[in-house]
Amino acid sequence: MEITKLTALELGRKIQAGEISVEEAVRTQLDMIREREGEYHCYITVLEEEALACAKKVQEGIRTGEYTSPLAGVPIAVKDNICTEGIRTTCASKILENFKPPYNATVVKKLDAAGMIVLGKTNMDEFAMGSTTETSYFGATKNPRDITRVPGGSSGGSAAAVAAGEAFLALGSDTGGSIRQPSAFCGVVGIKPTYGTVSRYGLIAYASSLDQIGPIGKDVADCAAMLSVIAGGDIKDSTSVQQKEFSYLGALADDISGMRIGIPRGYLGKGLDDEVRSAVLSAADLLRKRGAMVEEFDLEAVDYAIPAYYVIACAEASSNLSRYDGVKYGFRTEDYEGLEEMYRRTRTEGFGEETKRRMMIGAFVLSSGYYDAYYNKALKVKAVIKRGFDRAFEKYDLILGPTAPTTALKLGENLSDPLKMYLGDIYTVSVNLAGLPAISLPCGRDKAGLPVGLQLIGKPFGEREILRAAYCFEQSIK
Amino acid sequence: MEITDGIIAYVAALAKLELDKGAAEKAKEDLSKILEYMDTMNGLDTGELEPMSHVFPLTNVFREDVVTNKEETESLLLNAPRSKEGQFIVPKTVG
Repeated sequence: MEITKLTALELGRKIQAGEISVEEAVRTQLDMIREREGEYHCYITVLEEEALACAKKVQEGIRTGEYTSPLAGVPIAVKDNICTEGIRTTCASKILENFKPPYNATVVKKLDAAGMIVLGKTNMDEFAMGSTTETSYFGATKNPRDITRVPGGSSGGSAAAVAAGEAFLALGSDTGGSIRQPSAFCGVVGIKPTYGTVSRYGLIAYASSLDQIGPIGKDVADCAAMLSVIAGGDIKDSTSVQQKEFSYLGALADDISGMRIGIPRGYLGKGLDDEVRSAVLSAADLLRKRGAMVEEFDLEAVDYAIPAYYVIACAEASSNLSRYDGVKYGFRTEDYEGLEEMYRRTRTEGFGEETKRRMMIGAFVLSSGYYDAYYNKALKVKAVIKRGFDRAFEKYDLILGPTAPTTALKLGENLSDPLKMYLGDIYTVSVNLAGLPAISLPCGRDKAGLPVGLQLIGKPFGEREILRAAYCFEQSIK
Repeated sequence: MEITDGIIAYVAALAKLELDKGAAEKAKEDLSKILEYMDTMNGLDTGELEPMSHVFPLTNVFREDVVTNKEETESLLLNAPRSKEGQFIVPKTVG
């Protein structure tokens, strides 16, 4: 039996049954990382000693009944913008190259309490700004399905680690598609939960009104299990929401009869690759055959989501990233005279190109004279987008479409043209603007053999519906 | 809208970044293209809609005014580029 071929839940069951020890699972995983990292570069930091020490603790806890989670003992990866106490958390930036957080993010505490074992911190676009993981200060991650291609981003390291068998599950974060798009490119499953479902305490902020942490896994059930662990209100994140029910595994029924699914016509139009379109429409057909009502409809303001998203995200980023000034933590320039020059040089030397670009866009759209025309206008467009989804969900339980307009791009293909890169986010950003939950799961391959991602978008806190439909689809193509 | 050298110098100052000539030119070119694209938002009639900062209604989260965090000065200062006697060291700021 090849341990790394198991799903996380299968491994968890075998660990609970005593068929595989936690240490064996961790060692197998570390061997895999050693063997493959040179080629894929999914991780910024690998925590070999820590993971093995944790394996002992968890094994004992399983024996005494302390750990009862179905994922206890499962080795996982965490995106490097999620704080881990005493463990380097870089955001893939030079400015945080040596930052060791003095505390754990709430999600990390929850993973620990469930007995999951953190193998390492995964690569990402610097400060989660990018769609390819090429803007990382530590170098690009390669797509395990084809190493001449990007894994997507910004959670490219997390998605690639799962695809490469270098982790059973991973945490990513999604501000404009950063969990879903890399999941699509790497042929794995990723969930962006409803805004407020998962605590952001300890997630290094990019755009606070849009950021959410979520799971990336080999299949829908693994993601549902991990989401059950990390979801929940948190006194330390005032935007997190306390819900009654967090067990998402119960939602995985292989039945969608009567479910109403809408496909926005604007998600099938210009710019969408033909092979992606045909894979997504075949998926829709299959769901129809399984008893769902599927039809196309017109969703409001599809074309305006990207400009509104980039105005809002950059505005929030310019504010959030003003804290990196070389005083309290992170990198400080060596050569300076006076405080102002220290700030400027530290930031100029510490941040990469895309991060600087977004901070400048943000500073511009928030500056007096342009605030109304850009920032306020974007917030009004966001209101239209939200209204459009509200109206759609009066008729439909779910919205279906592609995750990304293409399959994985060649390394370097979009890096020199920022606007072209932004346009690739067309089907994902509106979900963040409206705060909705969405999942990306594989729905076939193009002629080059690259995975295509199917996106299912749910109502606010409608995780159970999207999980049910995704699970049903997954079972149907098995 | 046209992005001038003056606007680039202004946003660089706001973002506390230094741009050499090459970087400033590149920023001008990129920002012009990106902002021109952002201007397409004007094609959408947003009428009387209020700007929406949060999609769900948020309410204040209150708690008793009791200190719950422990003394963490030491661990917080571990990350400081320079520190001394429980303080961050910065360049002299007053003459």
